[in-house]
Amino acid sequence: MNAMPRLTAAQESGTAGCPTTVRIGFIPLVDCALPVVAAHKNFAAREGLRLELVRESSWANIRDRVVLGHFDAAHMLAPMPIAASLKIGHLTVPMAAPLALGLGGNAITVSTGLWRAMGRGPGAPPQETAAALAAVVAVRARAGQPPLTFAMVYPFSCHNYELRYWLASAGIHPDRDVRLVVVPPPLMGDALNAGQIDGFCVGEPWNSLAVAAGTGVIAATKAELWRHSPEKVLGLSAAWAERHPDRVAALIRALTAAAWADDPAHHDELAELLADPAHVGAPAAVIAGALSGRLPLVPGGAAVRIPDFLVFSRSAATFPWASHALWFYSQMVRWGQTPLSAEGIAIARRTYRPDLYRAALKGTALALPSASMKVEGALDRPTPVASSTGTLVLGPDGFFDGRRFDPDQFEAYLGGFAIHSMNGPAAVAQAETD
Amino acid sequence: MPPPSLSVAVIDANLVRAAILEDGLRAAGITSVTVICETANLLKKLVSLDPDVVIIDLEDPSRDVLEQMFQVSRLVQRPVAMFVDQSDGAMIQAAVDAGVSAYVVDGLKKERVKAIVDMAISRFNAFGRLTRELEQAKSELADRKIIERAKGILMKSRNLGEEEAYALLRKTAMRETRKLVEIARSVVTAAGLLG
Repeated sequence: MNAMPRLTAAQESGTAGCPTTVRIGFIPLVDCALPVVAAHKNFAAREGLRLELVRESSWANIRDRVVLGHFDAAHMLAPMPIAASLKIGHLTVPMAAPLALGLGGNAITVSTGLWRAMGRGPGAPPQETAAALAAVVAVRARAGQPPLTFAMVYPFSCHNYELRYWLASAGIHPDRDVRLVVVPPPLMGDALNAGQIDGFCVGEPWNSLAVAAGTGVIAATKAELWRHSPEKVLGLSAAWAERHPDRVAALIRALTAAAWADDPAHHDELAELLADPAHVGAPAAVIAGALSGRLPLVPGGAAVRIPDFLVFSRSAATFPWASHALWFYSQMVRWGQTPLSAEGIAIARRTYRPDLYRAALKGTALALPSASMKVEGALDRPTPVASSTGTLVLGPDGFFDGRRFDPDQFEAYLGGFAIHSMNGPAAVAQAETD
Repeated sequence: MPPPSLSVAVIDANLVRAAILEDGLRAAGITSVTVICETANLLKKLVSLDPDVVIIDLEDPSRDVLEQMFQVSRLVQRPVAMFVDQSDGAMIQAAVDAGVSAYVVDGLKKERVKAIVDMAISRFNAFGRLTRELEQAKSELADRKIIERAKGILMKSRNLGEEEAYALLRKTAMRETRKLVEIARSVVTAAGLLG
């Protein structure tokens, strides 16, 4: 693939009036919104692109088909391109993430039985629900009961790291005190109902569907765990990005359709669009709840407003902050997925491409942050920051436990976690076949 | 002496395809084949089976469960790799095109596993071809029925013989550069409307 010559801009854009087709793979989740909106609301056409959206069934398929060139780009879990560039996991090639596809949108849901045992009221803050869970875990351990099982969607996912962060905050070792397994999102609700798992961390609409089915209670949302935190990115192979700079730029501009998706005036239309079986295939009313950040947390409960539950555009939501990439790398190291190295830090940082983002959007009305990194968790209120237009305000970005991640103090940050698996995931002695 | 037989797990919700693959594996001398078509609690099933090779339909979302097995090999007794990691680009392409992937226990002889993966690819392709042919045959049969009905309508309403009715349909299709069956469908629809 690397032998392909770099095309000139004229070759790139093709003949006038004939759009260039770009194939994008996606997983049916509410945050596949930006590619869907760009394809269906004329944003791509305006950039001379025709987006061919292909719905996929697993993150591994998404990765393989980007590597093989079946897809030019894909809706990816934000840590996926970093893992691929670091050569951890299967089929790895250097990847690039030039744009983020949304902040927030996930939640941790527990079974109604576990929620009763935890004994907290709906909407209790994450530190309280985590502490309540720790008490249940301790009681079970003393009684000699098997550990609780929690599910997430992929080893290199925000869900995995969020769930682990929340558990560890209350002293629960995710590799020792509970079991973590992967369950595909569409099977989460059934697994919870059948008692195969006790809780899960997943993106919408799957938490709300479990609540609507009466089987689960939302114990914490991503927005509460880490406000305005990264979730999905546009991922592509670095070689493709290198070969098609004009297509990458046009794609970035098309996907800033984000502003349309963020506008509450469009949420009903967007919910209908996403509800289509070709996209997410869930009831529009449930999707609308995720879009507006008003969701019932307990079965039969009234919708509760979660500030900044899912953010597509405001607060520079599409900007690929290098500090986000480095935070994911810190968690990969923390949980023993990869050893810490200066090279690893450099690779993680290089995978996110704010340079491509800026190049594509320079001169547009969109406010481009002047910095590419920030201290994550430092903002406790909306804060104006330096930008190309002088009008950018970033929303609060605090972690629920008050920690701050300063990318320049990488080792000190990692050293601050008492619970980790840096020497490889701790051995779990008990049979997994109980 | 032949090496001990490998155990293979096939994860495929399509029972017919799984049976075709199982048949091929058995014919190739693999006696231990388990088909898993219900993927609830998949990890537990796989851990208790402890297969040497797992073959999975790429349309199954449970593929990500296997990714974790590789990532966290403490969950299984033996480390697991994705077969295509060890093979050439053409093999990867062929597997993904056929809609199948394989995970294998590390340390198995590449040639032994390659034969199994090749078999899976060819059987998945054969099944895909069969399905397409079946669909085509169904649609051809439906087309023929429509044409027969249109002929009958023309014979009755225009008082034509069977060959004349068919010739009229064909001539119209050629003149309008449309398919014969499309013209036939229009005739049937029109006859329905006009009673």
